[in-house]
Amino acid sequence: MVETKFSDDVLTAKLYGEIDHHKAPSIRQKIDGQTESLRPKELHLDFSGVSFMDSSGIGLIMGRYRQVSLVGGKLKVINVPKNLQKIISLSGIDSLGVLK
Amino acid sequence: MKIVNEMNLNFESRSYNESFARSAVSAFVLCLDPTIAELSDIKTAVSEAVTNCIVHAYPDTIGTIYINVRITDQNRIIIKIRDKGVGIENIKQAMEPLYTTSSDERAGLGFAVMQSFTDKVKVRSKVGAGTTVTMEKILYRTSYDKR
Ligand SMILES: Nc1ncnc2c1ncn2[C@@H]1O[C@H](COP(=O)(O)OP(=O)(O)OP(=O)(O)O)[C@@H](O)[C@H]1O
Ligand SMILES: [Mg+2]
Repeated sequence: MVETKFSDDVLTAKLYGEIDHHKAPSIRQKIDGQTESLRPKELHLDFSGVSFMDSSGIGLIMGRYRQVSLVGGKLKVINVPKNLQKIISLSGIDSLGVLK
Repeated sequence: MKIVNEMNLNFESRSYNESFARSAVSAFVLCLDPTIAELSDIKTAVSEAVTNCIVHAYPDTIGTIYINVRITDQNRIIIKIRDKGVGIENIKQAMEPLYTTSSDERAGLGFAVMQSFTDKVKVRSKVGAGTTVTMEKILYRTSYDKR
């Protein structure tokens, strides 16, 4: 599940629940639709409400990094809970400079 | 090594069964009183293997996914996840981090996650016949017969 909010050129997508291959497509669709129409300077993916994530969540982050770059924006991944830090660090997305 | 508990689960390769599969395995191993971190590792590793069956093994069909979980007297959890799908031609290459044959948004990290979230991962596969992924996780904190 995802809720989005747009202000000051920042699109914030707050993610909830479990992110897996089943859930990722609808999240992706909603964020990409808004990214294309609003063309934000920054896209913030807020993980504070995420209780579980597998590599589909990593694919989701990397895909949004590409999508927001296409409209000239930057990605930030915010509020990563403790239980997701292991998979986030394994993924190497830290090297994209998106973690806050 | 003695098996002290075992369960089998068969279900269809539909994506909404991913959460069912990881929750079922996690519920079964609760008898070992795992830590939250250990449970989360097991759930994530199971989710990776099951998703691979759904996405890669049975790309255009619905097939059956077979899960077998055994618990040994030394607090070792052995999880076997099997499909009768397309199989893997080059297992070594498939297990390399970032390697993916998928054109959608896949990171190619499933096997890397299974390897780092469990203690041992073994893959057997035959093209056209299917794939079996066996993962082992040792729980350090508890002892089965202590309960
Ligand atoms: N059960 C399977 N049957 C057939 N091929 C498989 C199976 N599991 C994995 N593979 C092959 O191994 C490759 C690597 O798998 P891995 O899980 O590491 O990455 P991925 O599934 O492509 O991406 P991610 O898991 O990050 O979403 C897959 O792209 C696929 O080609
Ligand atoms: Mg995978």
